[in-house]
Amino acid sequence: MLSRIVCNSSLGPSSLAQLACSSLHLLRHVQRQLSTASTASAAAAAAPAESTSQDAADTLEFPGGRVPFTHNMEFLGGPLTPSSPRIPCYRTLDGTGKHIPDAVVPHDLQQQDAVALYTAMAKLQVMDTICYDAQRQGRFSFFMTCAGEEATVVGSAAGLDPRDMVFSQYREHGVLLWRGFSFDDFANQLYGNSLEPGQGRQMPIHYGSKELNYQTVSSPLATQLPHAAGAAYAMKLDGADTVAAAYFGEGASSEGDFHAALNFAATLGAPCLFICRNNGYAISTPANEQYAGDGIACRGTAYGMPAIRVDGGDARAVYCATRAAREIALRDGCPVLIEAMSYRSGHHSTSDDSSRYRTREEMVAWRARDPVVRFRHWLVANAWWDEEREKQLRHATRQQVIEALEKASKVAKPPVSALFSDVYADMPWHLQEQLQETLQVARRHPHLCPPDMPVQ
Amino acid sequence: MLARFVCPATTGCLGLAAQAAARQVGQWSRAYAAAATTELTVRDALNSALDEEMARDEKVYILGEEVGEYQGAYKITRGLLQKHGAERVRDTPITEAGFTGIAVGSAFAGTKPVCEFMTFNFAMQAIDQIVNSAAKTLYMSAGQISCPIVFRGPNGAAAGVGAQHSQCFAAWYSHVPGLKVLAPYDSEDARGLLKAAIRDPDPVIFLENELLYGTAFPVSQEVLDKDFTLPIGKAKVMRQGKDVTIVAFSKMVGFSLEAAEQLAKEGIDAEVINLRSIKPLDRATIAASVRKTHRLVSVEEGWPQSGIGAEIAALAMEECFDDLDAPMGRVAGAEVPTPYAANLEAMCFPQVPDIVRQVKATVGRA
Repeated sequence: MLSRIVCNSSLGPSSLAQLACSSLHLLRHVQRQLSTASTASAAAAAAPAESTSQDAADTLEFPGGRVPFTHNMEFLGGPLTPSSPRIPCYRTLDGTGKHIPDAVVPHDLQQQDAVALYTAMAKLQVMDTICYDAQRQGRFSFFMTCAGEEATVVGSAAGLDPRDMVFSQYREHGVLLWRGFSFDDFANQLYGNSLEPGQGRQMPIHYGSKELNYQTVSSPLATQLPHAAGAAYAMKLDGADTVAAAYFGEGASSEGDFHAALNFAATLGAPCLFICRNNGYAISTPANEQYAGDGIACRGTAYGMPAIRVDGGDARAVYCATRAAREIALRDGCPVLIEAMSYRSGHHSTSDDSSRYRTREEMVAWRARDPVVRFRHWLVANAWWDEEREKQLRHATRQQVIEALEKASKVAKPPVSALFSDVYADMPWHLQEQLQETLQVARRHPHLCPPDMPVQ
Repeated sequence: MLARFVCPATTGCLGLAAQAAARQVGQWSRAYAAAATTELTVRDALNSALDEEMARDEKVYILGEEVGEYQGAYKITRGLLQKHGAERVRDTPITEAGFTGIAVGSAFAGTKPVCEFMTFNFAMQAIDQIVNSAAKTLYMSAGQISCPIVFRGPNGAAAGVGAQHSQCFAAWYSHVPGLKVLAPYDSEDARGLLKAAIRDPDPVIFLENELLYGTAFPVSQEVLDKDFTLPIGKAKVMRQGKDVTIVAFSKMVGFSLEAAEQLAKEGIDAEVINLRSIKPLDRATIAASVRKTHRLVSVEEGWPQSGIGAEIAALAMEECFDDLDAPMGRVAGAEVPTPYAANLEAMCFPQVPDIVRQVKATVGRA
């Protein structure tokens, strides 16, 4: 080894440092210097190095890893230019929904599954549209659609096992819909009434479901990523055949928790899927201001996990990639990163007006690439779907959603006791006291209580 | 965090003043304990509690920086990696936000993590995970998702570690509904409260004190039993008295007991209450004591504004105002970021004479 040769010839430490990064070329330079050194043994020690194989001389096992040396000084990477190499984007259907010949489709969709996927995406679209309008009408305080990302969300949901624990951000209610959350369930949560399992504790769209393995949505961005890594680790300790799946946007991937979660999941060997919806905008921040590198997929390989970039508008590609990622995670006991490229067709939320920061032309162009329509073209080409069924589905869904909202609006709000329960597993005495006091005040002064709140 | 104060568990790293304090506290507790049979350091009390709870429940695991191979930054987890294996004692990369989030997520998924912070000062980098995820999720999910996690580590001042390593976080965490907050003083507290915390289904903040780790306290056989737990939310009357109630937690309990000794020589008989539990706060025990003594002094290391003493003052107004013969007195740390120089640091935190002086003022014998 080069360093040992240098030690034997007793060169000073600064020379040692310089020599530590040399190649055979520099070794010969050293040997020229050594030949002028006093000890014959140094020259003798240097001589065998010349005949040592290239590999042994060209790598070194640092504590941080065994690395090959180079005598070239080359900085890798830099800000993206149009000619920078980018990680390619996997797709199986072209922009018009036509199957791409030679596309690798490890889990092709048969008619039943394809129709199930399509109807879920279409229902999602209808529900989003009606609920968005309902919020604008003042029926509840807030709503977020996933317009433009239906294929990403439903396609990936279909690729997971229903027992996989989902840690979502806030735009993945399509996963819930796929798993069986009903329109009534959605509506009850939006209205925060006494029927919803969350008991009106959370603002709208912060759905959760223990039965459907969907963690309650949490507002601080990216905190769900380390949660998912931890849950996956717990599953690994249990020897379970499930994964944790964390969803997040490209904006959330700037948070510190993203870095910690990915690095950690990789070092822990946790079977966790990290599914990024790169939809181009984080509220008003466009993706090219969010990061300067090649998006999110490249970060996965940097942390030591397999990563793939996929066309988020191609439901079949997303489905295949998710299913494959899940298999890798379980087989190899490692996390996997999926970056789904798509476009947020709608506003960030009902509190946003995106026409303030993007052009109408851009939005129109992307609406024309509606992933639901694209998938429908594929179904129609296979004679699995038609105009008539489309009309019926859209009409029926509209009715069901409106009905669900109507029903939910009439259900009583959670009672006073819901204010104090679930702070702790068992209600401690000081909360019991506060509950009793509150009930007493409410009964004595009913006019102080909200009218739709049962005093119990 | 780039800078770390890692204190290997030798007294060599303690300042002289701190060593003296530790000796005094140890001597005092030897004097008051009755039928004690064994001497146990707080460090060993915590270590044995962790060991027993891990043996008892395979869902319990430990994670944090240096907890495994290094045997713990303060050697609290010494030997546990060797005994229970790498999957249950996990060394983590340096990211409080990261490993706290991971611990919380694994708790959501059914494990019972014990998450160590090298000091609670560093937990500030994870406080969103502690408050917004661990504390609030049971409520936000209406009971569907629980988080049976313990966050533990040294809290408050050490000796000569400066402003960013010396803050007391009792007040901050005690503010948050959904968290339980415990502050052990002696080895009995350390064992009983940590075991109770690990068995508790709610997230618990467990505030230890670095300077007490090496202090030995006498403990009975009962305390050494592997099922010994202390109730969360109950304070302990360390010393009965009739003239004044002194309420303290953690290291200040020892100082208060010393102050009580000195006060006794001057004919002032002080009752000393060891809070043990900051949240829930044992209001009943404090109020009952004040009903007996009619005078109240709180002692804490942390800053005065919005501190634990402020909460005790409020409860005095609410629970036992009519029993007070004098306004409550409050002893707290100086309202400055902790300076490094030993002399300045000593002036920052309550010392025994400060407690004595305040008690005398409160009983009207200044």
